[in-house]
Amino acid sequence: MGFLPVLLWTDALFFLLLAIGGLTVIHVRRDEPLRAAWRRVGSRASGMASAVILLAFLAVGIADSLHFRAQLPVPEGAPANMQVAYSSEVLSALDVLLASLRTQVEKTYSAPFATELYARETVELPGGGQARIYPRLVWGGAHLGEAADRRDADVAQRIATGVAGAAEAWIAVAAVLVFALARRRRQGMAEAARAVWRGRTVLAWRAALGTLACVLLVTILAIKLAPFYHVFGTDKVGQDVLYLSLKSVRTALIIGTLTTLVMMPFAVALGIMAGYLGGWVDDVIQYIYTVLNAIPGVLLIAAAVLMMQVVIDTHPQWFSTAAERADARLMALCLILGVTSWTGLCRLLRGETLKLRELEYVQAARAFGVRTPSILRRHVLPNVMHIVLIALVMDFSGLVLAEAVLSYVGIGVDPTTISFGTMINMARAELAREPMVWWSLMAAFAFMFVLVLSANLFADVVRDAFDPRRS
Amino acid sequence: MFAYIVRRLLYAVPILIGVNLVTFGLFFVVNSPDDMARMQLGVKRVTPEAIERWKAERGYDRPLFFNAKAAGSGQVTDTIFFQKSLRMFAFDFGRADDGRDIAQEMRDRMGPSLALALPTFVMGLFASISFALILVFFRASYLDFWGVVLCVAMMSISSLFYIIGGQWLVSKLWALVPISGYAPGLDAWRFLVLPVAISVIAGVGSNARWYRTIFLEEVSRDYVRTARAKGLSERVVLFRHVLKNAMIPILTGVVVVIPLLFMGSLLVESFFGIPGLGSYTIDAINAQDFAVVRAMVFIGSVLYIVGLILTDISYTLVDPRVRLE
Repeated sequence: MGFLPVLLWTDALFFLLLAIGGLTVIHVRRDEPLRAAWRRVGSRASGMASAVILLAFLAVGIADSLHFRAQLPVPEGAPANMQVAYSSEVLSALDVLLASLRTQVEKTYSAPFATELYARETVELPGGGQARIYPRLVWGGAHLGEAADRRDADVAQRIATGVAGAAEAWIAVAAVLVFALARRRRQGMAEAARAVWRGRTVLAWRAALGTLACVLLVTILAIKLAPFYHVFGTDKVGQDVLYLSLKSVRTALIIGTLTTLVMMPFAVALGIMAGYLGGWVDDVIQYIYTVLNAIPGVLLIAAAVLMMQVVIDTHPQWFSTAAERADARLMALCLILGVTSWTGLCRLLRGETLKLRELEYVQAARAFGVRTPSILRRHVLPNVMHIVLIALVMDFSGLVLAEAVLSYVGIGVDPTTISFGTMINMARAELAREPMVWWSLMAAFAFMFVLVLSANLFADVVRDAFDPRRS
Repeated sequence: MFAYIVRRLLYAVPILIGVNLVTFGLFFVVNSPDDMARMQLGVKRVTPEAIERWKAERGYDRPLFFNAKAAGSGQVTDTIFFQKSLRMFAFDFGRADDGRDIAQEMRDRMGPSLALALPTFVMGLFASISFALILVFFRASYLDFWGVVLCVAMMSISSLFYIIGGQWLVSKLWALVPISGYAPGLDAWRFLVLPVAISVIAGVGSNARWYRTIFLEEVSRDYVRTARAKGLSERVVLFRHVLKNAMIPILTGVVVVIPLLFMGSLLVESFFGIPGLGSYTIDAINAQDFAVVRAMVFIGSVLYIVGLILTDISYTLVDPRVRLE
């Protein structure tokens, strides 16, 4: 079956960001001071542990950014030269991987691992008459057939095989790592393994392996259980909450990274120009960011999102699919969040450039007659990049949290975009029910907590490693 | 100092004009009033008459900058820019979609907002600074380490979780206070206890960590070593010396938000049904009441600029070296 690749705006920018990341890695490998700084990041246990978790989230995000439209089946008896039609539904590679989760839709709410619906329904009995029972789920525990009471034993057995599988996978990864370390350190395998176990390696591999064990355990348990049960339950329209949570990861990553990325060129260019050139340029740039700063962030976002909604609603011809429309809104939200958040970075860069301008090597370059653009590019820019990097990682967690709040307020992502904010928003109204529907809310909060916590820990380590004042 | 304040106030005028231009551009240039009317009345099946009526009701049926049809000064004053943007400088915001005067509504709603925001601010500041001082007192110990871990974990939790969880636990499970609502006068405390407590807890993680870094920076200074060398106890060093000297960086972040307390909190107010300016804004956003949002943007900027001036003045109060000239 054919498919039509779809490159949404946010996909393109996300892959651009990944490419920049790749180029940075190549650059860092050649540059000894930068390598030393990143080694400091890797030598901290919390740095390595959070990096492993962030990479796991990143893998989900990348898989969910490879979008395509599947080819529609050709109807019987159609002429051979008929044009190929593609489905209007935009899917991603993650949707294919999670096909069973995406398609196993129940009627409405069901609790985690439930085999019955959450709400009673009136059904016709075969022998006439009616009864109010909890109907059996279509998919959840369907392989058990009528023997739904065997569920606990079945789940326990699957967990056991899952733990065993996770242990196998972990041992394999650990063996490869120890082998590579042994080659590099020119030691025996046993000696290298002992060094890792005692935490005597340069990079904190012990912490990384420990975290990897947790990640593998959770992943493989999910793989073993999710096709047969709704591990996190289902939501109001019967969608699997685990699927929704995984889909939300991409939205969070996009907002957390692209927001800083799209505004970074402006912030960097204006910041170092204001600091280095001074005079009226400085006055104008300071005026611009003071004005933007003066408007309370939420209100500026609210105003801009309201207006953007009007633009999108009055120009339906711009978008060929619903996904493109939702994506345009996500992109616009990143831009708007960027407008409100670049001022801080700009001010920091201006201050740092003011200091750099007076240093000997910059004055020497000026005395030699190096032209201003070259000075800015060669002498100023590399020496403020650590501020940019710190801003990028520090802003990430705040933006992920902000997305949830903004979506709750109604000025966040499109309601059809799956995100932590929309999940919380939908689940919130159900808390008043008896018994309570808590699982969507808890799943969204748990995923967000793990993502934001690891981002915070990673940001701290990066800041400690790159900020010269903190060494 | 008086001359300085006057100069700062004058400097605020171009910034407010800038804010005004930004909001004007956002609300009237990016989208024409026709677009907004169509959006509000429903995109399809809307008659030109309905759009004209919608615009006339709100006074959007004028030209943007220059009215050629009007006579005399009306050519400039009978325009959207003058009526909707410049009149804001006189705190005349016009009417909301429900026909009420926005300025009056703001005055009425400021009270509940302040009743919630002021205790939150004071208690939050007290809790964060005390927690940070405790961590610094036990610095480089297990207590400090786990305290910081707790702070990082607390700041990684969404504020929505604190609100929803707190409301569920205290109001629903334990049934100690009403879930939401508000009563004027002293009875309000029953409705305010929980939102204030939740806001304080939600903010203590990041704030305490921030104050801890400020205090740690001060602790490593020479004057602190001198104070210890004199034989002063750690308690005296921390409270007399470190706390006083850390005031400047603390004030930088704290004083600027004091005027913004009037604006209330969007999330907490709407969850707890407190009729303040925060829930007013949320309602306006949901109802797409552009006039209210525009007015709130303007008021917010004014309060922010007041906050900046107050910050400068507060420096002179805590640090005799700072003189405003």
